[in-house]
Amino acid sequence: MKQRIASRIVLGLPLIWLLLFVLLPVLILAMVSLSESQVGIPPYKPLLNWSEAGQAALAASLNSYVQLAEDGMLAQSLQESLTLAGLTTLICLVVGWPMAWAIARARRERRGPLLLLIMLPFWTSFLVRIYAWMTILGDDGILNNFLIWLGLIDQPWAIMNTDKAILIGMVYAYLPFMVLPLFAVLERIDQSLLEASADLGAGPARTFLSVLLPLSMPGILAGSALVFVPALGEYVIPEMMGGGGSAMMGKMLWDVFALTRDWPAAAALAMALLAAVAVPLVFLQRARHRLAGRDS
Amino acid sequence: MSVSHLRSFAILASLLASFANAKAEEPVLNVYNWSDYVAKDTLERFTKETGIKVKYDVYDSNEVLDTKLMTGKSGYDLVFPSATPFFAQQVKAGAYLKLDKKKLPNAVGLDKMVMANLTRSDPGNEYGLPYMMAATGIGYNVEKVKSLLPDSPIGSWKMLFQPAVLEKLKSCGVSLLDTPTEVIPAMLAYQKRNPVSENPEDLDAAVAELISLRKYYKYIHSSKYINDLANGEICVALGYAGDLVQARARGKEGKKKQEIAIFIPKEGAEVNIDVMAIPKDAKHPENAHRFIDFLLRPDVIADITNETGYANAVLASSKFIAPEIKSDPVIYPPAESQAKLFTMPVASKDYERSRARAWTKFRTAKK
Repeated sequence: MKQRIASRIVLGLPLIWLLLFVLLPVLILAMVSLSESQVGIPPYKPLLNWSEAGQAALAASLNSYVQLAEDGMLAQSLQESLTLAGLTTLICLVVGWPMAWAIARARRERRGPLLLLIMLPFWTSFLVRIYAWMTILGDDGILNNFLIWLGLIDQPWAIMNTDKAILIGMVYAYLPFMVLPLFAVLERIDQSLLEASADLGAGPARTFLSVLLPLSMPGILAGSALVFVPALGEYVIPEMMGGGGSAMMGKMLWDVFALTRDWPAAAALAMALLAAVAVPLVFLQRARHRLAGRDS
Repeated sequence: MSVSHLRSFAILASLLASFANAKAEEPVLNVYNWSDYVAKDTLERFTKETGIKVKYDVYDSNEVLDTKLMTGKSGYDLVFPSATPFFAQQVKAGAYLKLDKKKLPNAVGLDKMVMANLTRSDPGNEYGLPYMMAATGIGYNVEKVKSLLPDSPIGSWKMLFQPAVLEKLKSCGVSLLDTPTEVIPAMLAYQKRNPVSENPEDLDAAVAELISLRKYYKYIHSSKYINDLANGEICVALGYAGDLVQARARGKEGKKKQEIAIFIPKEGAEVNIDVMAIPKDAKHPENAHRFIDFLLRPDVIADITNETGYANAVLASSKFIAPEIKSDPVIYPPAESQAKLFTMPVASKDYERSRARAWTKFRTAKK
């Protein structure tokens, strides 16, 4: 009995955490999105009005959502966010899988140092690393000067302040989140499976496609989720490395929030984006569960 | 009177004094100001003179300040918003305390023209006094622009908006500020329309022309240009005069020296006035008044102008201002260009919204 109470408390704590720091803010956001903006502190009208008789009147409005649909910002923002986050995830996967495989197949005493190298950048501030990239990729930067010195180009190659720079920055920033879960899965793959595959006449490509890839699927899904979700909301990299043309969710929210100081409109956009992002994530989660179910 | 009597008298006196003190404020002042916006010794001098300790936080955008004020309980005693649209909106929202002019004797020395201008945001000048002001101008790299386009239209908005000019200067990098309230009036001035127009037709015309030019702009950002101009990464930038002055100074210091020149376009340019105001829930309004009055002293504010490169509105400060700053047409525009400067009025909610949407459309337009 006592044990059951204790386990309930242990299980209840994360639940309270989720209610307090996930559900409550979303509810507040939903509330603001349904209210009307006003000039005052706070800059939106209350949803519930209490009459003198003590009766509550609901003053909710879908105005902000209607405006949002008219403006066409939502579709534009979603399209760009999903494309960029998807592309980042794909490149991270293509680059990260061989990296994780190489570390997993390295001699045991080398794996630690190699993993450390993957995590080492985290020891420096994220912002400092982005600034470093800005000096590397600039027209008068290290990369361009090197390429000119080699004689490969005679005019600087414009990377900085373009979408290319954003993609480079995003892949750089999120690559470790792909490599680590992949490594955890690949390390556990039994070497004898590869030998069996070879004995049965499969070439390296066949072994990769029918043995390694399916076995690493849990790592691929976990890594993709870890890269895709934060990449969707990325604000700093497009802002610092891009050309100011970003329609990513964060920047779109900033435009609505800062240029008109219309809190309900910004809250409505945030809610719509949240809903649009939650759907693909639910699918990803389902796929992981199905995999886990099949394994056990 | 015996010694013991004297002592009890002293105790009584100190007791009374402490009662009086309980009503007075603790000697602390919480200031929230723009970064790099006072002289090195300004705060120290104030503390030395008054014994009031200044806790000084900085921000780099009006929006950050606005959010803190609009959620209430900012915790600050003195803030420095830009007159329009932020200060105006905040006054309407009831975010500020009415200033007690009796506690601000130095305020009489303020430029009447600037005060009149501020009544647009704050009718009757009740809630704020001018601190610093700067026009929006164009900074450019003298050598690079000369080599690409020897007869460039220096002094005009054409440097930023004429396709033939941009075609040539594109390769060395042209940048705009990331805010519709600066770029759209500039475009309207270039088009010889009313820069402070709220006519939807004018807005459409300005944004249509901007979108057609989008491919020429390397980036749109409100602070990156300071460094990039100084180290030659870009060659023409729309910027705030104070920031451009900083870029000019840094350009001289760099390893590869870049000569940066600045001008305020002759067709007319915007002026931003930053205001000193006390939030309604300030815990130390008394100290805030003393600090405002201190900042309005001619010798104090002249030091700040000398160090930051922003103009102030205290007329008597002129004799303390370094000659090279006083004669700099970018910091103190001469009378004939001053007549063409304008400040933004407070836009209606509807116009503000359509301007914001138009801006997003321009910003994100495909190159």
